[in-house]
Amino acid sequence: MIPASFEYRRAGSVEEALGWLSEDPDSTKLLAGGHSLLPLMKLRLATPGVLVDVGRVPGLSYVRDAGDHVAIGALTRHRDLEISEVARASVPLLAHVAGQVGDPQVRHRGTIGGSLAHGDPASDLPAAVLALDATLVADGPRGRREIAADDFFRGFLETALEPDEMLTEIRVRKAPSGWAFQKFNRRAQDWAIVGVAAVLDGDPRVALVNMGSTTLRARGTEEALAAGADPTDAAARAADGLEPSSDLHASAEYRRHLATVLVRRALVEAAATRG
Amino acid sequence: MRVTVTVNGTTETHDVEARMLLVQYLREVRGLTGTNIGCDTTSCGACTVLLDGESVKSCTLLAAQADGEEITTIEGMAAPDGTLHPIQEAFHQHHGLQCGFCTPGMVMAVASLLKEHPDPSEAEVREGLEGNLCRCTGYHNIVQAVLSAAHSGELVP
Repeated sequence: MIPASFEYRRAGSVEEALGWLSEDPDSTKLLAGGHSLLPLMKLRLATPGVLVDVGRVPGLSYVRDAGDHVAIGALTRHRDLEISEVARASVPLLAHVAGQVGDPQVRHRGTIGGSLAHGDPASDLPAAVLALDATLVADGPRGRREIAADDFFRGFLETALEPDEMLTEIRVRKAPSGWAFQKFNRRAQDWAIVGVAAVLDGDPRVALVNMGSTTLRARGTEEALAAGADPTDAAARAADGLEPSSDLHASAEYRRHLATVLVRRALVEAAATRG
Repeated sequence: MRVTVTVNGTTETHDVEARMLLVQYLREVRGLTGTNIGCDTTSCGACTVLLDGESVKSCTLLAAQADGEEITTIEGMAAPDGTLHPIQEAFHQHHGLQCGFCTPGMVMAVASLLKEHPDPSEAEVREGLEGNLCRCTGYHNIVQAVLSAAHSGELVP
């Protein structure tokens, strides 16, 4: 399968990429690792006229301890996040989830910024950053703005990024303990049928993979935890108000059941990591 | 567009279409057909090559993204005199292949895996090869071959 024709430009800086993006935002796409976009282009589900390769823009691959939070450059590859000492010590959830994405070959290429900007509800990293109460930093022609993860994921493959903006940094709160990630799939490298990222330190946040058109929070579970419910009772409310889709892997009913099971496991595991 | 890519130590410059995939470039432009196209959807791993020493799926990279980079394919593994690479030798000794279609991708994925995990457990080998499918389901002997190669003492780290 071969993508439709496009013009390829390699950006040397964020400014250069934004300049090209602003020429024709609706038919220009940014290419980072390419492991979400190129498969869509090969299927001709995406047919950008111009592809701006930001993969070699310097200075956007890092995992930094920034005092009250950890800052991650948007071009940080999953493998680099997985083995980052800073991430492992301060946000082990994120390092762990980065190590669960796809397979080693995918993790060598795919980037956190690309995965988040793609906005696939079946992806693992969006749920992780939602559970970590992340702030996403976007640069664009109107300057820089910060977007809360709660406001970032808008719909299926749709985010709060404007067509002329580029995601440049992800800031997550530190959560060295009290975390868990659960993912259920049928084959090793498959997308999660349902996944759960839970962070219990501070206000409990529980985010779900593949339980709707975006990654989203298990509000029922969070409310129950805040009211002092035990993991089993809180997990029973994991699918409250949610309408997951049915597909060849699972029915909506099965997904709702799976969410309660995986959330219970995640809450028990997260509590155990608190020590 | 013009791309200059070093493949198995040989650097060449070619005019290619921007949409040309790396696997097409390797097979059709460089004539290196050892890299197979299997699923063509980033799943099976048959097209795995090394990009600057790391395993990647060449069906999901543009040739343009490899411009200026170093690629190693299965043709670059054996010595010039034909002596098999220790990983290839281990696959041979342990019968780590049946039909052989997945083998080039497996060998390249193993090269990357053993660089990251020089002394893997069996579980680490199985997880480390999750991006490569063998439809003959010959996984058992593949895993034995990888463990043998890792412990042969012949791999240069």
